[in-house]
Amino acid sequence: MNEIALLIAATLASGTTLAMAGLGLLLNEKAGVLNLGAEGMMLVGALAGFGAAYASGNDWVAFAAGAAAGAVMAMVFGVLVIWLNTNQYATGLALTLFGGGLSAFVGVNFAGKTLSDRGGVGIPGLADVPFFGPALFRQHPMTYIAIALMFALGWFLYRSRSGLVLRGVGESPESAHALGYRVRWIRLGAVMAGGALCGIAGAYLSVVRAPLWVEGVTAGSGWIALALTTFATWRPARVLLGAYLFGGVTMLQFYLQGEGVEIASQLLAMLPYLSTIVVLALISRNPTWIRINMPASLGRPFHPGS
Amino acid sequence: MLKLEARPQPSKAMSFASPLIALTLTVVVAALLFIVLGKDPLVGLGAFFVEPLRGVRQLTEVALKATPLILCALGLAVCYRSNVWNIGAEGQFLLGAITAGGLALWVTTSGIHASRWVWTPLILLAGVIGGMAWAAIVALLRDRFNASEILVSLMLVYVAQQLVNYLVFVPWKDPMGFNFPQTKTFDTSTWLEMLVPRSRLHIGFAITLALVGVFWAFLFRSWRGYQLQVGGLAPAAARYAGFSARGALWTSMLISGGMAGLAGAMEAAGPLRQLTPHVSTGYGFTAIIVCFVGRLHPVGIVFSGLLLSMFLIGGELGQSRLGLPNALTGVFQGLLLFLLLACDTLINYRVRWQATRHVPVAKPAAPVTTEATP
Amino acid sequence: MLRLELIKLSKTYPAVKANDQVSLKVKPGEIHAVLGENGAGKSTLMKMIYGAVRPDEGQICWNDKEVQIRNPQEARALGISMVFQHFSLFDTLTAAENVWLGLDKSYTLADVTQRIDQVSKEYGLDVEPMRPVHTLSVGERQRVEIVRALLTKPQLLILDEPTSVLTPQAVEKLFVTLRKLASEGCSILYISHKLDEIRALCHNCTVLRGGRVTGEVDPTKETNASLSRLMIGAEPPQLQHIQARLGDTVLDVRDLSLAKQQHFGMSLAHISFNVRAGEIVGIAGVSGNGQQELMAALSGEDTRAAPDSIYLFGKPIGNQPPAKRRREGLHFVPEERLGRGAVPTLPLAANTLLTRDEAVRGGWIHINEVRALAEKLIANFNVKAGGPGAAAKSLSGGNLQKFIVGREIDSKPKLLIVSQPTWGVDVGAAAQIRGALLKLRDEGCAVLVVSEELDELFEICDRLLVISQGKVSPSTPTSKATIEQIGAWMSGLWTTAPEGEHAQA
Repeated sequence: MNEIALLIAATLASGTTLAMAGLGLLLNEKAGVLNLGAEGMMLVGALAGFGAAYASGNDWVAFAAGAAAGAVMAMVFGVLVIWLNTNQYATGLALTLFGGGLSAFVGVNFAGKTLSDRGGVGIPGLADVPFFGPALFRQHPMTYIAIALMFALGWFLYRSRSGLVLRGVGESPESAHALGYRVRWIRLGAVMAGGALCGIAGAYLSVVRAPLWVEGVTAGSGWIALALTTFATWRPARVLLGAYLFGGVTMLQFYLQGEGVEIASQLLAMLPYLSTIVVLALISRNPTWIRINMPASLGRPFHPGS
Repeated sequence: MLKLEARPQPSKAMSFASPLIALTLTVVVAALLFIVLGKDPLVGLGAFFVEPLRGVRQLTEVALKATPLILCALGLAVCYRSNVWNIGAEGQFLLGAITAGGLALWVTTSGIHASRWVWTPLILLAGVIGGMAWAAIVALLRDRFNASEILVSLMLVYVAQQLVNYLVFVPWKDPMGFNFPQTKTFDTSTWLEMLVPRSRLHIGFAITLALVGVFWAFLFRSWRGYQLQVGGLAPAAARYAGFSARGALWTSMLISGGMAGLAGAMEAAGPLRQLTPHVSTGYGFTAIIVCFVGRLHPVGIVFSGLLLSMFLIGGELGQSRLGLPNALTGVFQGLLLFLLLACDTLINYRVRWQATRHVPVAKPAAPVTTEATP
Repeated sequence: MLRLELIKLSKTYPAVKANDQVSLKVKPGEIHAVLGENGAGKSTLMKMIYGAVRPDEGQICWNDKEVQIRNPQEARALGISMVFQHFSLFDTLTAAENVWLGLDKSYTLADVTQRIDQVSKEYGLDVEPMRPVHTLSVGERQRVEIVRALLTKPQLLILDEPTSVLTPQAVEKLFVTLRKLASEGCSILYISHKLDEIRALCHNCTVLRGGRVTGEVDPTKETNASLSRLMIGAEPPQLQHIQARLGDTVLDVRDLSLAKQQHFGMSLAHISFNVRAGEIVGIAGVSGNGQQELMAALSGEDTRAAPDSIYLFGKPIGNQPPAKRRREGLHFVPEERLGRGAVPTLPLAANTLLTRDEAVRGGWIHINEVRALAEKLIANFNVKAGGPGAAAKSLSGGNLQKFIVGREIDSKPKLLIVSQPTWGVDVGAAAQIRGALLKLRDEGCAVLVVSEELDELFEICDRLLVISQGKVSPSTPTSKATIEQIGAWMSGLWTTAPEGEHAQA
């Protein structure tokens, strides 16, 4: 029983990275911009966060550093894609490759360094409730922030006028432009906010989850987060659900190993990636479903004045 | 302020100039970076651009590293021109290395004797098939389930990496290898023939150059190549013409998978002669950059392949001579791609300087008497 | 007092002077037409008034005071509102949300919904606020656009080609709404190239040609001919009509039914009609009634139809792909030039290969022959282009259309299907294209034309039928058809008993 509680706790903790990144990408994509550079932004955020935590000892400084790093990278991407109309796929890939290279390069200074364990402090009082306490309430604050963010994002997108404007921009930037909205700036804002969230996700990973620095510490989470938005059909609550699901699968491999299951560790390590593929295939099967929920202008360039 | 103005016709001159401008800017940034790191910029740039070209031995190393880059990039060019975004070339490369390496291992352990001229074609073919099979998964999922080829091909890279790890740690581990994760060294009959004696440059390079011509003809003179590219440029026009989108998907994925697999096979049977977890130093990803910098054009890819090969070698030289981390190469590569994409804007847009008119706020000003219009 | 006055307004783009010293006067409560053919500069002028574009020279005066309009919000603040030709609507949002986004002041959504109901009743514009826009017909969507404009309490309402998506009856209803608005003091700028409408509705008319004003007239005192002369500098070119010499049935559509593929599409139901050699059959209809789906089914871009629902020369082809149909003599000109009829960034020579594969043998393209074909088309069809190497997107709309139509005509088709043959094309090129179609028909080809321009169909077709809600009316000879009848049919009001149907000899 206790084991299951711990498994749940581990799933929540593991899923928080994907949740933050996924929500950030959701914001991006709702505005109609596809940012394949998620992995790069997370890596840069992870490095910035680790460095800041190492230097200052303060987690919140680390998260702020991660957010800033992610936002700056996203801004470069945004300017290229939104103002210079470069190919969104290629530019996103460039962001990933550059982010990977940059984080590896600067990260050489931190190779092998670790931080102290920052496990779940939890919510006092609730943390002692039998089963639910260890399962749900002994998390790092970031886990709860992610959940709060989901609600906030849902409210923003579906109950506020600015969120409506954002959705309009993602649906038809030409119409929004004709109505006088500053489409390019709105998109840049969404891209940078999304980048900041990916940066925080990366920082959370390197500072709380790992907590050490190694090249490529994100191991593809950025890409899984991208798959998440499709899986979630672009709705915040489903992003969170999907994040925990994948977090669970990731934890599953360690659990199985611990249970002495007779499968090689390398094959178990394939689990998160294989399950992403399976889920993607199942979700994408219905093109109509996707069309209704996907922001119509996603991935397509916008030329004002055409 | 600067304004971007669309050109009526894409500029051919800028098509050629853009990569050169991007390269120049990268060099400038690189020099600045060296200064910031406290190293002599000239020595640093020399390590990347001059040293790798000094002497026959070094030139063969450049050509050697360029081979898998060019091969993968040729296949990717077909894909990207068809608007099929295969970014899993790295995984297809690894599978090619696995299947080719597997065959070579079998030859090594089974003791069957035959000459290189028998085994080499079979081993290379095995690599092609391995890469194609891995790419076929992506095509199938996109064809049947509409799953994004970007994400599926990427996920398969991670799976392929774990597969390599598994094979060299467990079933294929060399029992005499002191428990290192590596396979036996392959029998000499499976090795690739050398092109330049006393170097590591094998016939794979010659095969690659031949394939450049094949790909040029395919892209620019063949009916199939034309159909693929129309599909990439204007899918509605391709449907109007009756070109099969499904055919384009399979053709481009299988071609790029095959090429990446071939590159993997050449790497396993050429310089490595065994399988280890480090079969690839990210060739599949670097090839993406090679592809774009080479303008998705077979001839351009040869030049960009050699250029990025120089970057790779320069990174190693920079490490040994200047103590700079090898990861610097990754920074330069990423930077080059960014700058290239930015410069590419100039192909379709002109930059104009437009004087801003001083525009007062839209509040009604003093009344104006209207002139009689003619 | 003048509501709006434009004084010597000019705007130059790199390739062309879109507006050259244009002056215009509009009084309060006046319905003022801006007449001009495609490319005359009407859109640019409106964009300057609406704030989307800044003039290079000249002044704009609003209620007798000079103003600078820097963006659409400022235009709206002044009281200028615009209804676009290509709607600025968001498909997945509701009508109310769409309207909300078009308003500046901070109303709540509930406020807006209430006001939509008010305005709908007041002006006879039926709009259901809670319906998502993608479920609305084209006419209903236009009403949402108009309601959105009206909610800003405009002093000047600009309408850009509003009737291209309406049946003749709906046009009348729109005119009633506009006259009521004008009587309340709102000025209206009515942009159109439809002479009859302008003469029926407008008090005043400014005519544009080549970016300049060629006349400012009272349309009620002018004839179509005199307006035409101001608009294009001459009488509209007359086309020669010969009596149709009918041959065999070439295309026979029998009970074609097709479920819609796109979520926002239209299903086809039991469509039957035929086209014989030597005649031009026209399909009229407001866009969004299944024309796109029917065209895709006929061209082969959609192969889901039952094989025996479409016959070509007696052979069932319903599920054959485009290339096969072309080999049998069926050629198609789609309504979208750039992106479907031609690849924008490829040169004209390469664009011939989309539907003409004579230069392809054994899987290889013979480049010289491809160039030669392009040169021939450019010469024979009067295409103004920079040569066979010019990118398709560098041509004007009219010239590219001439090239594409020429490409198909040159392949000696037995059946030519054309969708919107002169949309967005200047009058000169339009006349050439219509002339080419008539010549083709005189030579014995079967021609099927789908168009939203009733005038065009009446001009060149021998028989007419109407598509509405995915169904098709019986056909009627053009000589016996009237605009009212066709208009009624556009709303789906035909009887299935074949009255007035062309006798199948």
